Amino acid sequence: MMKPVRLKETTVGYLFVAPLLIGITVITIIPILASFGLSFTNWSLVSGIENIHFIGMNNFNRLFHDAVFMKSLVNNLLLLAALPFKLAFALFLAIIINKYIYFKDFFKIVYFMPFISGVVAIAIVFRVMFHPTYGPVNNMLMSIGIDHPPGWLADMDFAFFSLIIIFTWIQFGFSFIIYIAGLQNISRELYEAASIDGASAWRQFKHITLPMLSPTTFFLLITGIISSFKIFDLIAVLTEGGPANSTMVAIYYLYQRAFVNLETGYASAISIVIFAFILIITLINWVGQRRWVHQ
Amino acid sequence: MKEALNIKKILITLFIFAFGLLFLSPFFWMLSASFKPEAEVFRYPVQWIPETWHAVENYKKVWFGTHPPFYHYYWNSIKVVILTTMTSIIVSSLAAYSFAKLNFKGKDILFLIVLATFMVPSQSLFVPQFILFRWMNLYDTHLALILLHSFSVLGTFMLRQFFLGILNDYLDSGKMDGAGHLRIFTHIALPMVLPAIATYGILRFIWTWNDYQMPLIFLHSIDLYTLQLGIRQFADENGQIYSLQMAAAVLAVVPLLIVFLIAQKQVIEGIQLGGVKG
Repeated sequence: MMKPVRLKETTVGYLFVAPLLIGITVITIIPILASFGLSFTNWSLVSGIENIHFIGMNNFNRLFHDAVFMKSLVNNLLLLAALPFKLAFALFLAIIINKYIYFKDFFKIVYFMPFISGVVAIAIVFRVMFHPTYGPVNNMLMSIGIDHPPGWLADMDFAFFSLIIIFTWIQFGFSFIIYIAGLQNISRELYEAASIDGASAWRQFKHITLPMLSPTTFFLLITGIISSFKIFDLIAVLTEGGPANSTMVAIYYLYQRAFVNLETGYASAISIVIFAFILIITLINWVGQRRWVHQ
Repeated sequence: MKEALNIKKILITLFIFAFGLLFLSPFFWMLSASFKPEAEVFRYPVQWIPETWHAVENYKKVWFGTHPPFYHYYWNSIKVVILTTMTSIIVSSLAAYSFAKLNFKGKDILFLIVLATFMVPSQSLFVPQFILFRWMNLYDTHLALILLHSFSVLGTFMLRQFFLGILNDYLDSGKMDGAGHLRIFTHIALPMVLPAIATYGILRFIWTWNDYQMPLIFLHSIDLYTLQLGIRQFADENGQIYSLQMAAAVLAVVPLLIVFLIAQKQVIEGIQLGGVKG
């Protein structure tokens, strides 16, 4: 009696996961293997399959002597400079909104809005607001006495800084919302006990809130690093890596090499390096969660 | 114990409100500029309420005045987003149910493989995916976009957590009544996780609507452009006409804000739960 039932469950089990597995195989597994293979060739996708030539590690050697690629990695790191400030401010705002004000839910919506609003529209709005001669931002700066305001996105020295501002503005809501969830998970009794012991608000923050939120902070740090590594849309719409590569990042460079220069092999090598970076960050995340984070 | 209205709390609320206005000022500026005649867009100090209303003319020009017309992009986006969301929900809920509630050989290993693919950044796959889709004659089709977004590891993982929460007794009672697995899935399990499916569906809707990279790489014909490519195209064509650019931006953001305001609880909880974008 038991046997046919189990057999059936096995079949159904496979049938139910089949669409997902087939999809993942075609969309992810085969492509990542192909990327590995192609990264050792100098193929261009317009040149036909018979022209694939194996060139060993040449692409990778070239990559580490490629000044633009190095510049793009440095930019990816610079993008992280704003992350601690963003997290600190998100936490500050989350604490205030969670505890000290009315209409909590309304403010959650307000600060979360940029995150879901779509990067292209936001980029177009900021491009106009940061317009060097007519934009409201520079008009304001001139009205308070700054005669030569920066050219923002068109200015080599300020383009990257402008991107960081816009990127931080978009991403802020995410950190904020996650911190709110983290705060709501801290048991009230901890604070009540601390109050009875006469601990000040600052001491409660330092000895209860901060340690209890360390898993949240760690999570936001990791996702923040990964999402700044994946930044693409903003650059594609606003600067295309310019002026003079000052806003080039790894993913955009990959896109240019692959779809503008049509260097399939070289672009594959870039994607393998990016893959390796993300893998390392993910592994740090795994190990870190067990080791450094207060539970 | 009822909290009395206290002055300090009111003051902090007002302060946070003022800061919120400043935080959202790009949105207000966009909206206000989209209502103005071009000559007044950059007038300084900023006139938040337009002196001359030019809203109807601006929006008419954006909506009908381009080639292809702007609503064409809308239709493309709606089509892609709805088909993607539906396919993705079907694929993920089937797999999630199987991983959570059915017993079959190799289940744990398969689930581990699925989770492992989550680490692969989508951008490292562009080149081979592009080659593959061209080879399958899917380049420059909406089907390509739908396929690229339909096999979500995150969605499967989220839904699996919810299926795990269902007591086996409910499913067993279905078996007692002689129902097959498909019937148990559609009639007992699925209704019990409907809120989770709604949450995931809304997130998938927003992510697909906002996606810019996939259409940029996998679409070529302007007729097939989704809204994100469409506004970019429109902005490039109207490089000097900023009031129209702002109207186009408003048109792209409004449907999202409507979805968000209706379903803000699901969106925020979903983001907090899934914790990741993509």
